[in-house]
Amino acid sequence: MNASVQFLPVLPEIVVALMACAVLVVDLFLDDDRRQISYLMCIATFIVTLVLLIKSVGGEPQVIFNGAIVIDDLSAIIKIGVVLSALLLFVYGRQYNLDRNLFKGEWFVLVMLGVVGMMVLASANHLVTLYMGLELLSLCLYAMIAMRRDSSVAAEAAMKYFVLGALASGILLYGMSLIYGLTGSLEFRAIAESIQQMDSNALPLTLGLIFIVVGLAFKLGAVPFHMWVPDVYDGAPISATIFIGTAPKLAAFAMMARLLVSGFGDLHDDWGDMLLVIAILSVAVGNIVAIAQTNIKRMLAYSTISHMGFFLFGILAGTEQGYGASLFYVLIYTTMSLGAFGVLLVLSTKGFEAENLDDLAGLNATHPGLALLMMLMMFSMAGVPPTVGFYAKLSVIQALLSVNHITVAVIAVLLAVVGAFYYLRVIKIMYFDSPPESRDLIPQRMAVGLLSVNALSVIGIMPFAGYLIDLCQRAVTTLP
Amino acid sequence: MGFFEQHILSILIWLPVVGGLLVLATGDDRGADIARKIGIGFSLATFVASIPLYIGFNSSTSDMQFIEHASWIDRYNIEYFLGIDGISLPLILLTTFLTVIVMFAALSSVRERVAQYVAAFLIMEGLMVGVFSALDSILFYVFWEAMLIPMYLIIGIWGGTNRVYASIKFFLYTLLGSLLMLVSFIYLYNVTGGSFSIQSFHDVPLGMTAQTLIFIAFFSAFAVKIPMFPVHTWLPDAHVEAPTGGSVILAAIMLKMGGYGFLRFSLPVTPDASANLAGFMIALSLIAVVYIALVALVQFDMKKLIAYSSISHMGFVTLGIFLFTVRGIEGAMVQMISHGFISGALFLCVGVLYDRLHSREIATYGGVVKSMPMFAAFAVLFAMANAGLPGTSAFVGEFLVIMASFDVNAWYAAVAAITLILGAAYTLWMVKRVIFGKITNAAVADLKDLNSPEFLILALLALAVLAFGIWPDPLINVMQASIDNLTVLATRSKL
Repeated sequence: MNASVQFLPVLPEIVVALMACAVLVVDLFLDDDRRQISYLMCIATFIVTLVLLIKSVGGEPQVIFNGAIVIDDLSAIIKIGVVLSALLLFVYGRQYNLDRNLFKGEWFVLVMLGVVGMMVLASANHLVTLYMGLELLSLCLYAMIAMRRDSSVAAEAAMKYFVLGALASGILLYGMSLIYGLTGSLEFRAIAESIQQMDSNALPLTLGLIFIVVGLAFKLGAVPFHMWVPDVYDGAPISATIFIGTAPKLAAFAMMARLLVSGFGDLHDDWGDMLLVIAILSVAVGNIVAIAQTNIKRMLAYSTISHMGFFLFGILAGTEQGYGASLFYVLIYTTMSLGAFGVLLVLSTKGFEAENLDDLAGLNATHPGLALLMMLMMFSMAGVPPTVGFYAKLSVIQALLSVNHITVAVIAVLLAVVGAFYYLRVIKIMYFDSPPESRDLIPQRMAVGLLSVNALSVIGIMPFAGYLIDLCQRAVTTLP
Repeated sequence: MGFFEQHILSILIWLPVVGGLLVLATGDDRGADIARKIGIGFSLATFVASIPLYIGFNSSTSDMQFIEHASWIDRYNIEYFLGIDGISLPLILLTTFLTVIVMFAALSSVRERVAQYVAAFLIMEGLMVGVFSALDSILFYVFWEAMLIPMYLIIGIWGGTNRVYASIKFFLYTLLGSLLMLVSFIYLYNVTGGSFSIQSFHDVPLGMTAQTLIFIAFFSAFAVKIPMFPVHTWLPDAHVEAPTGGSVILAAIMLKMGGYGFLRFSLPVTPDASANLAGFMIALSLIAVVYIALVALVQFDMKKLIAYSSISHMGFVTLGIFLFTVRGIEGAMVQMISHGFISGALFLCVGVLYDRLHSREIATYGGVVKSMPMFAAFAVLFAMANAGLPGTSAFVGEFLVIMASFDVNAWYAAVAAITLILGAAYTLWMVKRVIFGKITNAAVADLKDLNSPEFLILALLALAVLAFGIWPDPLINVMQASIDNLTVLATRSKL
């Protein structure tokens, strides 16, 4: 290992972290009218970070800080996704936050620190790094949900998230401590090496693995550890929900893939089966319970649960193709979620939250553009071609079938049909129902413009789906 | 060869799609006239562009022609692979022809959200041509499924009172079947060692269990679409609620995709399972032919009656396909094309009446011939064709299928022939109650006869129905080589 400390590879993280501090200080001297300055500082930071990250793609993989951090294409792609979604949700949520007194320096700082947490997660090659990144992210999220102090729902959601999140962290830590006790090491590669020497049926090892899988499933919101998801999605302001529902899933992919594949690759039989149960349950519960929802945020929460199930299918296949498919799936999922929540953000005006399904009624008659965008998101989530959601499902199902999980694949697609129903219902409400008497929207050219690009990309990617899949597949080659 | 000849299929797919997007850009109903004109323009252009397909088609070979090949998703070896043979060619021409008809029909019958309506149909046209010309199974699947989106919106936005139920039922039914088909495609991809090309599926050997399961998956996709008894229940709902144009496209083309799927996938990919289950398929077909015809007899709603009659006629198609003889498949193909014209025409006739009186109930009418003599002439012609009168195209198809079933088993033919009676019964009885008889409803007396666009489209369809009825050779000749080849593929063993 290299003794001299290299800071250059982690420059993006450093930039975001330092700018978070800078925004915190600068914001103290700004009154409400000039809050735009700190807002623009954040936007600029994200853009600079994006440029740095994009330039780093294709470099040699390197492990730095005594094995604590790994920098490779996988981490770069995840970080680009994270920063890009942070940038988008900043723009989408601007008017929404202004209307709700959330357009504050603290909010900006929390988002930025959350982004740093996710970037650390994406590069974590060490149990301690992983835990640090995870906690940094979670703490920011708890605070963001609770920012709406006067809302009892938000407070309840934050408490619930905090208590369950702390429990999950505890479980994860306990699992980590068992593993550390057995292998004497915290770095993933070293753990993998010592596991190779061991009897893979040793009870403590299995126990440690179980705790870790449970902890991860908790954070991911997979069934049966999903209870917090709908309440948190529902209670949080939409501008926080969009944050919870998008970028962290990307980071979660990196976390799961590195920990399970790089660290516990030899125990694939064990965690593969655990994930299989979790994944099928997630897809089933997510899709079926979503049908009963009348609140669109709760509906999307259950839809997220089912998507997490699909995303786990790729990982549990245990092949490189499967990991690539999962990465592709989670990238696409993030794009779709950003679009769907983005539409809700744009539709919510001062004193009006677009959160019930009926709030979308007749959107096609009043705002055909927004309705079209939302429709694309819904079809994409349902996995109907030509939207990109189809290619995501295709690659995951292909990964399942290539390891002969035929029954699982059939169950998955049957549940996808169940899922299609509630996505169709959203479209039905927008297109077939009659609109309310009045619907006043504040025109937000910037947000709607970006939103259009975001949403149309689910159909525009089609000719380039090959490149994107290829990129994902190449990124995961460093995993095992 | 010039650019046009090399990319003619791509042009036929993407030209209407581009047109559709262009129409969407015309915005709300203030631009309705422009939207209609763009629609007619693009559909005519696509139809004209499809004529060279027929002229340049070499009917002496069963090989794929007008091939286009480009890589798309390399990682999974998914290709942008297009080409047609004698089975897909007539269906493509049918598609481009009927879209023009639908566009003209929309001139008078659609009044709200015109741009979206026209755009949906143009995009559908492109996707349907895509289905008939895709040679890569994933590309096929993309077109096949993407079509659900415009169709869902067409039924849901412009449909009748029960449209929401009908549209969701339609979507979910078809999605279920399609996804199982997708799983089979991916399974086949793994078996062939990494190819999604349909032709490679034709050649790969498969065990009996695998074949049976794949056959069932294909069956669930195609049987729902065509539709076969007992998964036909979405069709009457969707039809009754769809606007006229939607019904025409649905009956005339979308149903044919099921038949096309059986011919392109089920028979050649799983020949042993198909042969094994042929008895079952024929039984279902015969049930559809007879039972559904009886159901049609008791309908009060004209569109429902024609919808049930479509299912009954599609029973003939599946019967012909699963006889595994050249004549049977030929009959099935002719029946598909001819049904495209006739059912389309019948739905347009109902649309003509509906635009005037806003009722599809048979009981509303009676004595229409007195106020609309021209319309009555056309309606009677199409009704006769629907009943399989010699001299119309329907007769050719039904006759071929019945002959083919005689070769296989005389009982099949005997049962199938019952429909000639039942078909005549329900169609002519409807004609009697709607067109002839006394005028019981005062409004009927004031009906205006066909206007010129209506006359034009019905006349074109009447011409097609009569032409293929009297001289079906141009149609049968292009299919001959491909059907011979398909019969060889379907009767060999892949075990």
